[in-house]
Amino acid sequence: MEHYISLIIKAIFVENMALAFFLGMCTFLAISKKVEAAFGLGIAVIVVLTVTVPVNNLIFNQILRDGALEWAGLPNVDLSFLGLLTYIGVIAALVQIMEMVLDKYIPALYAALGVFLPLITVNCAILGASLFMVERDYTFGESVVYGFGAGVGWALAILALAGIREKLKYSDVPEGLRGLGITFITVGLMSLGFMSFSGISL
Amino acid sequence: MADASAKQVLFEPVFNNNPIALQILGICSALAVTTSMTVTLVMCASVIAVTAFSNLAVSLVRTQIPNSIRIIVQMTIIASLVIVVDQVLKAYAYEISKQLSVFVGLIITNCIVMGRAEGFAMQNTPWMSFLDGVGNGMGYSILLIIVAFFRELLGSGSLMGTTIMPLVNDGGWYNPNGLLLLPPSAFFIIGLLIWGLRAWKPEQVEAPDFKMSRHKVKEAF
Repeated sequence: MEHYISLIIKAIFVENMALAFFLGMCTFLAISKKVEAAFGLGIAVIVVLTVTVPVNNLIFNQILRDGALEWAGLPNVDLSFLGLLTYIGVIAALVQIMEMVLDKYIPALYAALGVFLPLITVNCAILGASLFMVERDYTFGESVVYGFGAGVGWALAILALAGIREKLKYSDVPEGLRGLGITFITVGLMSLGFMSFSGISL
Repeated sequence: MADASAKQVLFEPVFNNNPIALQILGICSALAVTTSMTVTLVMCASVIAVTAFSNLAVSLVRTQIPNSIRIIVQMTIIASLVIVVDQVLKAYAYEISKQLSVFVGLIITNCIVMGRAEGFAMQNTPWMSFLDGVGNGMGYSILLIIVAFFRELLGSGSLMGTTIMPLVNDGGWYNPNGLLLLPPSAFFIIGLLIWGLRAWKPEQVEAPDFKMSRHKVKEAF
């Protein structure tokens, strides 16, 4: 249990997807002008990450890994080069399925997430988490915890940035820095703040 | 953009319509791979190759793709190209591919590739799309190389692994600035670069959300 708790803390704070690995930056900068939109996107990312990382973990360990096809009588087959194609396919498919399920059973949440669900397919944070999971060789349990933690970390970061940007638009920024420039500097300062977590060893 | 000349398509994205500084595309991978010049150059070469050839391939089949599943088709083309790049890097530059770790795979979700495939290649001829891919790849690369130049030179006193400024630790005179090797510095450098680019080309400045109104009430004095 302690192992899982430290993994989740690590995924949220120490190895924050957005601020320590720069993943999902495009959406991070584009959809952080309003707090409500950022909140919707954050929730969507948490949900999608919690589902896709474990599913990709199962696929990698049962099918793609070197020698994983032994149960099918093919002990020498190594399909790991197909990894990238498979993960992105799984992510796209799962997002699509989730959209349909939410539309049918939880229309309120579907309306809240709106356009953000399809956008998530091309969010690097989702694919990045799957790739990190493979690189670090997580077990199934760890991958569930890691997916959830990474999502929460990302959502936290985009909410904080959206809060800052809502206030920032009233300030008198030098001309050339207006908009994108000052956002980069702000994210840099936030990232500096999150660096202080890196001293924590778990 | 049927009447745009080849040269325009090729060089427009480098400064005038830079994918990172203006279109907000492809920032995800831009920041993490810029701590050393060698790694950055490899990354840039990979991105140029993938954008150029994915644009070419998407443009070749653009009349055959049913509109409703185009995203999946583009994704598959891009993912296959990235797998090729990944395997080549693993075979010929294993050390560097270890350093790039997941970021080669993340070229798939690099918004530049998707964005140009969707935004340009779907409407234009293969040759123009190829040039557009190379141009956008170059715009991305130039920004990345500038960032990497500063980060490696000031952060570890070297360029491409050769020492330029001898470090204090090795008996030299330069005291390295550790901050430049950490993530936040990349944001600062890109932010400042955007400032520089917009000071040079003022038409890229974004309109303010609010204008400060002039004082109307006369203060007591």
